[in-house]
Amino acid sequence: MPKDGIGASTKRREDVRFLTGTGRYTDDINLGKQLYVHFLRADVAHARINGIDTSAAEGMPGVVRIFTAKDFEGVGGLPCGWQVTDKHGQPMQEPKHPIIAEGKIRHVGEIVAAVVAETLDQARDAAEAIMPDLEELPAVVDMKEAVREGATKVHDDLTSNLCYDWGFVEENKAAVDEAFEKAAHVTTLELVNNRLVANPMEPRVAVGDYAAHSDESTLYTTSQNPHVIRLLMGAFVLGIPEHKLRVVAPDVGGGFGTKIFHYAEEAFCTFAAKQLRRPVKWTSTRSEAFISDAHGRDHVSKIQIALDADNNFTALRTDTYANMGAYLSTFAPSVPTWLHGVLMAGNYRTPLIYVNVKAVFTNTVPVDAYRGAGRPEATYQLERCIDKCARELGVDPAELRRQNFITPDQFPYATPVAVEYDTGNYHATLDKALELADVAGFEARAEESKRTGKLRGLGIANYIEACGIAPSNLVGQLGARAGLYESATVRVNATGGVVVMTGSHSHGQGHETTFPQVIADMIGIDASQVEIVHGDTANTPMGMGTYGSRSLAVGGSAMFRAAEKVINKAKKIAAHLMEASEGDIELKDGQFTVAGTDKSVAWGDVTLAAYVPHNYPLDQIEPGLEETAFYDPANFTYPSGTYICEVEVDEGTGQVEVLSFTAADDFGNVVNPMIVEGQVHGGVAQGIGQALLENCAYDADGQLLSATYMDYAMPRAADLPMITVDHSCQTPCTHNPLGVKGCGEAGAIGAPPALVNAVLDALNRNGHAVDHIDMPLSPARVWSAMNA
Amino acid sequence: MYNFEFVKPSSVDEAVAALKDEDAQPLSGGQTLIPTLKQRLNQPSRLVSLLGIADLVGLSESGGEMTIKGATNHATVAAEAASSFPGLAALAGKIGDPAVRNRGTIGGSIANNDPSACYPAAAMACQATIVTNTREIAADDFFEGMFATALDEGEIVTAVRFPVPEASNYQKFEQPASRFPLTGVFVAKYADRVGVGVTGASNDGVFRWKEAEEALASNFSPDAISGLTVPADDMISDLHGSAEYRAHLVKVLTGRGVAAC
Repeated sequence: MPKDGIGASTKRREDVRFLTGTGRYTDDINLGKQLYVHFLRADVAHARINGIDTSAAEGMPGVVRIFTAKDFEGVGGLPCGWQVTDKHGQPMQEPKHPIIAEGKIRHVGEIVAAVVAETLDQARDAAEAIMPDLEELPAVVDMKEAVREGATKVHDDLTSNLCYDWGFVEENKAAVDEAFEKAAHVTTLELVNNRLVANPMEPRVAVGDYAAHSDESTLYTTSQNPHVIRLLMGAFVLGIPEHKLRVVAPDVGGGFGTKIFHYAEEAFCTFAAKQLRRPVKWTSTRSEAFISDAHGRDHVSKIQIALDADNNFTALRTDTYANMGAYLSTFAPSVPTWLHGVLMAGNYRTPLIYVNVKAVFTNTVPVDAYRGAGRPEATYQLERCIDKCARELGVDPAELRRQNFITPDQFPYATPVAVEYDTGNYHATLDKALELADVAGFEARAEESKRTGKLRGLGIANYIEACGIAPSNLVGQLGARAGLYESATVRVNATGGVVVMTGSHSHGQGHETTFPQVIADMIGIDASQVEIVHGDTANTPMGMGTYGSRSLAVGGSAMFRAAEKVINKAKKIAAHLMEASEGDIELKDGQFTVAGTDKSVAWGDVTLAAYVPHNYPLDQIEPGLEETAFYDPANFTYPSGTYICEVEVDEGTGQVEVLSFTAADDFGNVVNPMIVEGQVHGGVAQGIGQALLENCAYDADGQLLSATYMDYAMPRAADLPMITVDHSCQTPCTHNPLGVKGCGEAGAIGAPPALVNAVLDALNRNGHAVDHIDMPLSPARVWSAMNA
Repeated sequence: MYNFEFVKPSSVDEAVAALKDEDAQPLSGGQTLIPTLKQRLNQPSRLVSLLGIADLVGLSESGGEMTIKGATNHATVAAEAASSFPGLAALAGKIGDPAVRNRGTIGGSIANNDPSACYPAAAMACQATIVTNTREIAADDFFEGMFATALDEGEIVTAVRFPVPEASNYQKFEQPASRFPLTGVFVAKYADRVGVGVTGASNDGVFRWKEAEEALASNFSPDAISGLTVPADDMISDLHGSAEYRAHLVKVLTGRGVAAC
């Protein structure tokens, strides 16, 4: 057993370069004769473009070319990767998403013109001399206003601002409504899932290059999925075949979803480099990131739970307005539907569920997947509503949940919203969290807080998520315009070292550490002999990238399957070398042995034989030791858990302090516990950020009010408590070879409802009857709720 | 950032001369000016750094007054005023982060008069004197509203002189994003009076809450202000808090400041 195999908390090997400044990020890439682009971006939310005068700017020093929409005639728009069908069976309304605004500006930050110059300052200077002739139009910002009859349209060629009206499961609607009529109790809650800006530490960067001698284009970009960008940009936007287009995503400093999508700047740099026969580089400023990176969340929902006289959940229905922004970003339509509606059952046996989602166009930045993507929105509604329900009924919120849990003997469990949970044990994580958070001692702590003038509260939330997305044939039926398998090539070198080329992409997850742990475990060699290659379409097999907590569950499984093929072939070689039967060969600790004998041959001797095949069964197998596998999962994976948060509220100011946070997760098998705990820490920090601090706010004119860190509050270390993380409750995934489920998004999903429930508990147990406060729970909002 | 000329004189006279150029601007720690330059919101022809003038740095105390030279940074004040004027040292020690505190200066803060700056609250509560290269100005006359002061073009804050109080305390309630004060209250207790300076709250910038000063002068306890209310009329209302909330905070923070003195 290697010391750094599965289960070892190996330190992250990639951190050495990240922490010593030797990482190679996209902005570190500078090519010979490189030009710089500065984008002139819209400073109004909605306007007709009557003309753009670039004449003064064109003559300015260093300017090479100024591009406007007319330079992109014949070039495709940015494609949307998911088509949702509405409740009437009609496809969603899908407007063109141009690289540079065509005819109309539809959000602050949209590209109006692009200046390519010898230096960045020259490009910026020239951009200030461009004179767009704009006719300002009323902005559409509020979703419910946007879908009113006669509202100003974001897209003149669409029938309305409604992208789709989705009902799920439409056939269940009548039965759900009937259950509500018969209910002994109904709890209703209206809430907002606040819009967020992803804010990865590294802003987006794109460098386009073109090699005239081979007619090949290369894009270096900050992406979570370089193959997806190659497919979308090559096939739908620029018309470049995949064998003439290479996309490289080197070290990427955080993504959180917002680097999944194909962006205009990527297509622009690739296009302009070919036009100008020189590399073109763009590095986003933080200010640009706020108005051009896809935002997250932004749902306005009403949820209702029906219960019988024994407090069993009998039905659930929700109405949600989901903001799409001005255009459909790559996966935007799927987030409020197939990543949200199908999770509405949560951890509970509720037999009847109906989810309605209206997706709406507004004059705001496009909204798409952000850490958790749809699942946090589902969990937040459900866990907030159950908490309110418990208060209305006067029952313990933990016990109301427990009473309605799917029980361990019910797995596999088919929910009324189309998915089948393969495995889980919600009672186990609830019990573990109650114990670790010392819930039994809470009342004493609350008394202690009272003595110091503070209001103490405790909040519980359960979550379930669908990760490891997903079976391609299923997502295809649901409207995905892509497959969702993953790939890996395992190449064994002559001297026994292993290189794994994976379609997964690490932008902070630690694949370079965890993936070798799996290989080390399978072969019995040291993990240091395994190298992971990712992020370059030129040297990795076609993969779908990293998001939705899918890397280990899907990409790791592809690697596992490829490694199995390698090992099976190596066994054949070993059998030949030891003159034994293949069926008797065992591989353990890097040694092939013949069962029942003392014969053995080392891993390195077998790999050498594969490449120096002097004594080799050439009549049966080929030389070499390299295999590829594509893995398409049979189902989603379903991580779950219970989170408990304890807070104190300052009654005088409304300030919330998070005192403790406990996460009891079921991630199935765990490869590197330290990395898993780090992922939970990060996810919880982001969840606390959403619940307490972060707020992407627009005014009625479509101007972003929180456009810098002076107004957009990011969580900082001092805002966070020590986080207790436990992953000992393990029900391994039943359908992937590693039994893993995924852990990247859990924290961001479970933390917001736990925190908000805790604050409301603090208020209600201290005489402030407050049903709900919308996130973020800023001091001003909490104070206002207490003093309403 | 646009191009500009940069000069770093070694005396106040040289700096004043260099500032006579049209569109020349003084640069102290640059914690406000540099970000606005980076965003191209400001286009000076020349920046005159005040950080090369040895005579503009340092603290001294005599006759119950503490004089802080204009280009003294916050970290220095936090360290060197800690024993004799702990309320002001604590205020300085909570501005921004260590990088900000080692660049930002008291003169820059006072001269810029950001409505959410910390120092103006202390200057008002203490009735400090702002010393420039040409004159001395009482704090009450110096601060003229958001980003507005009594300074003339080319006039440089060379020092701020604080009467050292018997006790003082600064209550900074942070705006969640910028961590500037959403509302900040400096309470200063003297033998014959009490000063209450409020920053971050009002559309008119820093102000003295005179009703509280009077009430506290005769009864220096939180109870003394329990019957007072702060009118919300001129308070700032924004993403982070309503006018009513800020008015409420002024009272809460004043009470806490008094209790902490």
